[in-house]
Amino acid sequence: MISLTIDDKKIEAPHGATVLEAARLAKIDIPTLCHDPRMKPFGACRLCIVDIAGLPRPVTSCTTPATEGMVVTTSSPRLERLRKTTVELLLSDHPNDCMVCIQAGDCSLQDLAYRYGIRDNRFSGAVRQHKRVDNNPFILRDQDKCVLCGLCVRVCDEVQGVGAIGYANRGFESDICPPFKKDLNCEFCGQCVSVCPTGALTAKMWVGQPRLDGLQPTETTCTYCGCGCNVTLHTHGNKVARVSSRSDNHNRGWLCVKGRFGYDFINSPERLTTPLIRRQKGGALEPAGWDEALDLITSRLQSVKEQYGPDAIGGLASARCTNEENYLFQKLLRAGIGTNNVDHCARY
Amino acid sequence: MNGEIIVNVCMGTGGIAAGAEMVMKAFQDEFAAAGLENATVQNRCKLHKVGCRGFCAKDVLVDISVDGEVSTYQFIQEDMVKRLVREHVVGGKPIREWMAGDDYHVFHDNQTKVILHDLGKINPESIDDYIGVEGYTAAKKALMTMTAEEVVNEVKNSGLRGRGGGGFPTGLKWSLCAANEADQRYVICNADEGDPGAFMDRSMVEGNPHAVIEGMIITAYAIGATRGYVYIRAEYPLAVQRLRIALDQARERGFLGEKLFGTSFEFDIKIKLGAGAFVCGEETALIASIEGERGMPRAKPPFPANKGLWGKPTIINNVETLANLPPIINKGAEWFASIGSEKSKGTKVIALTGKIRNTGLIEIPMGMPLKDIIFKIGGGIEGDKLFKAVQTGGPSGGCIPQQFIDLPVDYEGLKSVGSMMGSGGMVVLDETDCMVNIAKFFLTFTQEESCGKCVPCRIGTKRLLEILTRITEGKGKKGDIELLQELAEDVRDSSLCGLGMSAPNPVISTIKYFRHEYEAHINRKKCPAKVCNKLLTFFIRPDQCVGCGMCAKACSVKAISGDLKQPHRIDNALCIKCGSCYDVCKFNAVVKD
Repeated sequence: MISLTIDDKKIEAPHGATVLEAARLAKIDIPTLCHDPRMKPFGACRLCIVDIAGLPRPVTSCTTPATEGMVVTTSSPRLERLRKTTVELLLSDHPNDCMVCIQAGDCSLQDLAYRYGIRDNRFSGAVRQHKRVDNNPFILRDQDKCVLCGLCVRVCDEVQGVGAIGYANRGFESDICPPFKKDLNCEFCGQCVSVCPTGALTAKMWVGQPRLDGLQPTETTCTYCGCGCNVTLHTHGNKVARVSSRSDNHNRGWLCVKGRFGYDFINSPERLTTPLIRRQKGGALEPAGWDEALDLITSRLQSVKEQYGPDAIGGLASARCTNEENYLFQKLLRAGIGTNNVDHCARY
Repeated sequence: MNGEIIVNVCMGTGGIAAGAEMVMKAFQDEFAAAGLENATVQNRCKLHKVGCRGFCAKDVLVDISVDGEVSTYQFIQEDMVKRLVREHVVGGKPIREWMAGDDYHVFHDNQTKVILHDLGKINPESIDDYIGVEGYTAAKKALMTMTAEEVVNEVKNSGLRGRGGGGFPTGLKWSLCAANEADQRYVICNADEGDPGAFMDRSMVEGNPHAVIEGMIITAYAIGATRGYVYIRAEYPLAVQRLRIALDQARERGFLGEKLFGTSFEFDIKIKLGAGAFVCGEETALIASIEGERGMPRAKPPFPANKGLWGKPTIINNVETLANLPPIINKGAEWFASIGSEKSKGTKVIALTGKIRNTGLIEIPMGMPLKDIIFKIGGGIEGDKLFKAVQTGGPSGGCIPQQFIDLPVDYEGLKSVGSMMGSGGMVVLDETDCMVNIAKFFLTFTQEESCGKCVPCRIGTKRLLEILTRITEGKGKKGDIELLQELAEDVRDSSLCGLGMSAPNPVISTIKYFRHEYEAHINRKKCPAKVCNKLLTFFIRPDQCVGCGMCAKACSVKAISGDLKQPHRIDNALCIKCGSCYDVCKFNAVVKD
């Protein structure tokens, strides 16, 4: 451990911690926009600047390693003025249409504008205007709201290992886009959407649904595969309107395209709610009760086993079942029916 | 005529642009025609291409030396070569009227040439020429007779500071790098010279590439690096070409590769071409660029000396810094420290441009007063106008007004008045330059070259430029000066890298020293230097106008009327203030106010 002083508080921090991490351990609040502890520090937004005794100018706490005996000041009139200027500059190149923005209430930039009380902006001028056509069904890019924090680029590269997007152009015209400014063509995991601090990256499926604040969160587990990612279902009435995942869970908030965006089946009218039985050869599948269905399965399996032996029967289990369910399934096949013909879809 | 005859043709980029290749060809043809080809073989008559000697305004420059007596000719074109060969080379009679005058000698005599000493004298494409001027003896001395620590200490004692802009002590940087445990270290030569109007590094690499390579060998040995990179702009094709030739020659001679000079030391250099981003001159962005990433700076610490290229300890030195190393090793730290001022040792190469008589590349001892540079070497202001200010340090430097004309030009001196040494650009401004417009010019450059990573630089420089633009267009508002000052300070203090930290300097320094010009633009809607067209009114003086009609022809909005041979008139309701009439009038009848 190393000890340092932040805002006159003596603080112990582990070796290798940054000043920001040390401050957060001690519950000292430093504003950030481009920081996510799950990724490498970037130092772009300049909001987490602090003064360190002995250094001539403020430094970003997210990138500066804490050292023994360091004396840090996180707030002063000068630092707050610099932060306020930064937020004003960001807002001077922003649509400021929070009234109709889907991200309102869940937006870091909005929080910062509130924190610094920016009613009148000293700066105004050119505003970037992007024309985007997104032909994918998942991700909505509203790049006029992009603050170029780089979180989407970094998550795509560092976490997902895909690198589908990057920076283009320079200076004020800098831009986040896929290679050669083509349409987004990736695996649509939506990691970028989950880390975007503003309304620049959202999901097409959220449009027209209540904002996050108006939804009821329920913690559950994704049923798509055996990974069992923790997800939060955000519901409105009886309907799932959004899926997210908390960064403090075992999957660190990361999901795949199915877990994040593949939830429309839940309320689909085509979803099966009862067993179906084909009662006549060549006839249609007809709804049936569970007793009838299970009786039919039992009798058919027994007759096949009597006529052709147990090895005429095989079972294929699903990756969407839990470990316990899959265990019971193979037990049924092996001990109940007496065959080793059991396998699992994940092998195919 | 029995003695040796040497003809040197300046073949730097400036010389070539002025026609040096044709001049060279003409000399070859004339030599052949005069039957001197045979003599060339006998080493009696030599024709050399040499690098830039600094006075590019007088290209093509040709030296003809007979028995050691050198005559320098200026403004030579191919059709003049025949007479030069006949009368001077063959006839032995110099052509006085074509020779460079006093200004050429005053320009050179007031300089102290340490690293530019051999430029313009040796053929940059010949390693033997370089060896002939004690080339590679410093590297040999360092590798064979000194320990790495001794080399570091020698450079430390010399007081050499980084010439790329920061002015960090070179020896100290090396020792910080050498102190890291690492299986690999790197040396990078920063030749990504990007300041508008700067050509120090280009001229050095074009004129004496081996000196840079030798400097890199010394650096590599001092810090224990086996791999080096030269990061050089792709827009410098001639420099790249000569560097490639020099690297091949050095490898052939065993100065690069394995077992340098017969020792166990190994070192080789790769060239990496920059793709035109100004910010890639910033060392962390440069490293990102070599690694194949977008050229964006990252926060320091860690410094490259601890964690640089591919995460290994890396020393990045500027071309000029590296070129200073061979003389330091050969002549000793004490000799080097005897040149310059108290805290800035040695010389500085400066690209002197702007409203000055003698523009070109110069080398001065650190601490030379500004007025000596401008009025002795530079020959004073062009057209006998009044000196107003000098802008130093490239686009991110500051403007220094008349009152500091005695200021010593070194790191501390320039910093004390709100400017900086930078890489050594010096733009002289006269009374016809508008300081608001100058600030706007430099901001236009820096905001375009911002990488876009950090907010203060990306949006802050844009807003600064917008405010400056509206002031020059007569739309300045009360409070704009204060807003500019506040924003400039905030961008300076909260930006990530040197680009953003220094980009507001032109704004801060012009407001500090020329606030009245800003006030005139905003309060009176006047541009005192009569530069900002939108604030000017154009009219024609009837007593001067001869009625030639040139102005009416040039006017794109038909705002000028008048009968031929009668005084013309400008309709100010129609005038868009483009200034075309002012430019075409030969009788000074068009006046702007």
